[in-house]
Amino acid sequence: MKKSNIPESQFELQVPESLKTEEMTISMGPQHPSTHGVLQVILKTDGEIINSAKPQIGYLHRCFEKHAENITWHQVIPFTDRLDYIASMNNNLGYVIGIERMMNLEVNERAEHLRVVVSELNRIASHLIALGTYGLDIGAFTPFLYVFRDREKILDLFEEISGARLLYNYIWVGGVAYDAPEGWREKVLEFCDYFEPKIKEYNDILTYNKIFIERTANVGVIPAEVGISYGVSGPSLRGSGVNFDLRKDDPYSIYDRFDFNVVVGKGEMGTVGDTWDRYWVRVDEMVESVKIIRQALENLPEGDAKETVPRNIKVPAGEYYMRTETPRGELGFYIISDGSKMPNRVKVRSPAFCNLSVLQAIAPGVMIADLVAIIGSLDIVLGEVDR
Amino acid sequence: MEPLFQFFNNLFPFISDWPEWLAHTVVGVVTVLLLFGFVALFALFAIWLERKISAHMQDRLGPMEVGGWHGWAQPIADAIKLLVKEDIIPAMADRTLFKLAPVIVFTAALAGFAVLPWSQDFIPADLNVGLLYILSVSSFAVIGLLMGGWASNNKWSLYGAMRAASQMISYEIPVALALLAVIMNAGTMSMRHLVIAQSGNILDWNVFNFFPLTAVAFFIYFVASLAEVNRTPFDLPEGESELVGGFHTEYSSMRFAFFFLGEYANMYIVSAIATTVFLGGWLAPFEALNFIPGPIWFVGKAMTLVFIQMWLRWTLPRLRVDQLMYTCWKVLTPFSFAIILLIGLWKVL
Amino acid sequence: MTAQEIYNSIQEKFPDTIVEFNDSVLQPYIKLTPDQFNEVCQFLRDTDTLGFDALMNLSGVDYGEELGTVYHLYSMQHRHKIVLKVNVPREHAEIPTVADLWRTADWHEREVFDLYGINFINHPDMRRILLPDDWEGYPLRKDYVQPEEYNGITIAHPDMKGNSDEEK
Repeated sequence: MKKSNIPESQFELQVPESLKTEEMTISMGPQHPSTHGVLQVILKTDGEIINSAKPQIGYLHRCFEKHAENITWHQVIPFTDRLDYIASMNNNLGYVIGIERMMNLEVNERAEHLRVVVSELNRIASHLIALGTYGLDIGAFTPFLYVFRDREKILDLFEEISGARLLYNYIWVGGVAYDAPEGWREKVLEFCDYFEPKIKEYNDILTYNKIFIERTANVGVIPAEVGISYGVSGPSLRGSGVNFDLRKDDPYSIYDRFDFNVVVGKGEMGTVGDTWDRYWVRVDEMVESVKIIRQALENLPEGDAKETVPRNIKVPAGEYYMRTETPRGELGFYIISDGSKMPNRVKVRSPAFCNLSVLQAIAPGVMIADLVAIIGSLDIVLGEVDR
Repeated sequence: MEPLFQFFNNLFPFISDWPEWLAHTVVGVVTVLLLFGFVALFALFAIWLERKISAHMQDRLGPMEVGGWHGWAQPIADAIKLLVKEDIIPAMADRTLFKLAPVIVFTAALAGFAVLPWSQDFIPADLNVGLLYILSVSSFAVIGLLMGGWASNNKWSLYGAMRAASQMISYEIPVALALLAVIMNAGTMSMRHLVIAQSGNILDWNVFNFFPLTAVAFFIYFVASLAEVNRTPFDLPEGESELVGGFHTEYSSMRFAFFFLGEYANMYIVSAIATTVFLGGWLAPFEALNFIPGPIWFVGKAMTLVFIQMWLRWTLPRLRVDQLMYTCWKVLTPFSFAIILLIGLWKVL
Repeated sequence: MTAQEIYNSIQEKFPDTIVEFNDSVLQPYIKLTPDQFNEVCQFLRDTDTLGFDALMNLSGVDYGEELGTVYHLYSMQHRHKIVLKVNVPREHAEIPTVADLWRTADWHEREVFDLYGINFINHPDMRRILLPDDWEGYPLRKDYVQPEEYNGITIAHPDMKGNSDEEK
């Protein structure tokens, strides 16, 4: 028989059992607006607070490494485009320099300069997307379209020089695919003049917005040693105050000739290594990239930049780990050659993969909205995480 | 509905010849249809306006094709699309509640229109507790949101619903307190008399009364009302970057349209309350402008506030849940109490 | 510190573990036995003069008779690097984990397990990472044969079969 709730005498009145609560397991993704692709995060939450967050990856695995073992050295380059599809130039560069170092190839000066220019332009384009989508994650729509307006101008420049707008296949072994068309240099300089004042516009609408600062400062702090241990690199690591930029610390191409600063997070709005710092490093890095572009274009030598190496190259047997600084961090290609016309092994050390792995360490204890802010501040591209 | 009846009587004198029951029924039905038409038209216009405003703020054009001039017919096309779309109810949803939720939200919004004073005479129901009525009716909507989120049987929807409930209930307090500051002085809760008490020129409006105390109350009301109608920066219940779509994640077609309609109707209602209570309702700012009819002033002022809501939406990011509650309980509520206290003191002295 | 010096300090502490040291290639490497691998890594990380606090890269390699794992270490403090290699027989592919030393290794070791089938002893969470949990075989091994179908889904498109034969 069901017991009545009303006690028969007042002495039977007992303290009611406390409300039963339990953890809720939610799947965030693979279709979720702010996982930046097909990332799935399994959340265990207590109300709005997250107890654990486990990323599940692999939804975009396209067997890059297996493909690379079955095609020629040159044919791999278009595949590298598709790793981090919003910074394709930087991906080309890392792979190509790796091969050039194994072959001990010299690249002509003009091509080196063009490579730096397109890589830095692509860095700006990529950071712009990072900024815009980060605004979306926090709930601000308008900055997203501002940055796309400006990224469009970079894509136009790329279209002119490489014929493509997203996947360029531009940097080839021994040089670049096409020389810059007439007037391209001036157009890039024009873009630099146009772009620099725009950074102030982004700062006005987003960076120094009170609500934006409230949402991002002191959130998702990655201490420097945790970041290094998890292999976090690029702007995400520099946001934690670590002065480490491969363009300075392990120079490749002709980066050692340029004068630019390495931007590090200073904890201006909160703690060093919070999401605001990571965001700010990207904003400031665009300024530095513009500086590099100007210097590279100033000294752009005349001549033909087109690559002079035959298409069917054979890389001498050996192995090399080439790492470059892409917008997301340290992109490494571990290339093993057995002397044939196809690679024996191409392993990609993807920066987004390592950056994402830190999520499980910093997520416990934050709110769902903060998790979105953290994922956005790591600036992952799922094409590169899953390869 | 005495004033309303008189209004119609003046307009069409033959009504007085009809039997009373018929006249009242006809007037009532016509008014409801008028209001419903206004809500639908307003929603269509506001959607178009919002798209154009957002587009121009974001350096693009927005809809330009449908209907010719600046895509004016785009919302009509959207509405038709929503009406003919397949109505999907998730398999594991609580069907009854799922269907009921949008109806409640929309009804609550529409019921609020009953006491809005469009002009001196045209007010559907001049209740002596009009303001109280509108506050109570609009807080009814939260039940609809909670129902929708719960019935969807989706965890994200549930999050949205819970956020909606906690947010809307919390923010009713600063809303009510801010309005109380004015009621205290005016001594009436009838929407019509509140406006009549402000007659004169622009300086007699309540917002300039006890300067700057009521102006602050107006600001508090406006901020809190944004949260009441789930607009950015307080759009947490929908927060698409966190909760996918919040309480209406699982809704589609017609039912989604009703949520949407309810949201826009609510935007208008909170603006209309602000207009009535703080900005002199249908009154012209200067005597010289009295030739422009009252309803135009009323709608114009309300639309200005609606525009500001849209402006904020496309400028500001979203707050976090704890910051939202902080803003309500530790900023807006104490300040509105302080204002009530200060106005009280001012009056006594 | 040069590779030779790093080699010497390991040689001094763990003389039995070193299989090979090659200084003549582009990036000098030290080949180690799997037995004391975790201890060697601990030594490399925690000795002040070595200070390898970052694991740049961890990749599996298929050498034919043997499988191997290659570790690229870097020291943020001293800015020097070294490559470590560990080879294990195909049939008994087990290597001690380093996920407790460098957290980078956590996901990378899972990836090597996923694609090469090398088991990392004491790894906290040894599961597949990129492929579905019920996938059969280790795709990056050179002798991997692509299955016809996965859970009833045809994998290789019939039109594609002819092409791949042609290339060979």
